Amino acid sequence: MFNYWEKFVDYLVYNLMKLDKAEHLSQALHFFIFDTIKIFILLIGIIFVVSYLRTWFNLEKVRAYLQGKSEFTGNILASIFGIITPFCTCSAIPLFLGFLQARIPLGVTFSFLISAPLNNEIAIAMLFSLFGWKITAIYIGFGLLVSIIGGFVIGKLKMEKYILLDIQPIDGCCENPSITMNNKERAKEAFSYTMDIFKKIYLYVVLGVAVGAFIHGYIPTDFIAKYTGGDAWYAVPLSVVLGIPMYASAAGVMPLVEVLTSKGMLLGSALSFMMAVTALSLPEAMILKRLLHTKLIATFFLIIGSGIIIIGYIFNTIL
Amino acid sequence: MKIEILGTGCSKCKALFENTKTAVADEKLFAQIEKVEDMQKIMEYSVMSTPALVVDGVIKSTGKLLTAQEIATLLKN
Repeated sequence: MFNYWEKFVDYLVYNLMKLDKAEHLSQALHFFIFDTIKIFILLIGIIFVVSYLRTWFNLEKVRAYLQGKSEFTGNILASIFGIITPFCTCSAIPLFLGFLQARIPLGVTFSFLISAPLNNEIAIAMLFSLFGWKITAIYIGFGLLVSIIGGFVIGKLKMEKYILLDIQPIDGCCENPSITMNNKERAKEAFSYTMDIFKKIYLYVVLGVAVGAFIHGYIPTDFIAKYTGGDAWYAVPLSVVLGIPMYASAAGVMPLVEVLTSKGMLLGSALSFMMAVTALSLPEAMILKRLLHTKLIATFFLIIGSGIIIIGYIFNTIL
Repeated sequence: MKIEILGTGCSKCKALFENTKTAVADEKLFAQIEKVEDMQKIMEYSVMSTPALVVDGVIKSTGKLLTAQEIATLLKN
């Protein structure tokens, strides 16, 4: 797909700019130009497609569908819905409460809450453009597993008493206006959403690729492999802990991880790291503190954290 | 007319509030505009995605940042 683009960048860097192929600088520059544009194109394409499809969905429908489903089935369905629904920290709270109001069990609600940020379209688009579809499929598969099991465990712990607000159940569903759109309007909305996201993350992508390009061009493979390729037991948990504060910059972190894996970092540690970056976010925890007791939030973080760590170990062992 | 903007204080909610003020001024309407940030109150409307625009107790739009023009059209109907 990007062969022509690669040829063009080859021509640009090695012929037009007359840079020597063997030089560190030219390798780094080539990598930077090639990767940035490739990621931009895929990112815009994938996010546009996802948000276009999403105009047919609304959360009220999802909620109505999840109502009254048995627990384990509910966990599975909620996790799958998490892939297609948009997620930003500002919509997390009303959504969470809206689910609980519809008497959807806490565990099922949590399955959704874990899956939505973990399997968000930005992460999926970045993974796809950097690692290809296989790794993306593995990431989504394990992401679903973590959200299903995590939600199920939280449900079993009976932590309803840790919800700080008093939830008034509603029956039936809401009289929200069902907005009908034609195709042109759908495309327009998807496009404006895509541009919103793109404006938010393009700088992170450029920065991430720039640092990646530097590593790619200047830092020898043995050095990286020595520090991140070892299967030291602490590699995976350390990746997870490092991933927690990096929430906002998921898009910038991923190009870095790609370079590190191509230079010998173990894929399991890399996957755990990326999952921690997307799923465990401090800002989200801060917002959730307004409605959940710290005990419940800590449990939530612990369960997800352990799940991600286990996945990292499994990967490092089998790959 | 009573217009309420439901939101938890994210940037989109603030923008919707501003656009609503603009729309009301442009249309020369007489309206009371209120920002609702209290979770308990938002819950009563059973809105699942913020920001939401509520006019005289009726939910007009959820989860979207409307332009002043779109809001004006909603208010006139």
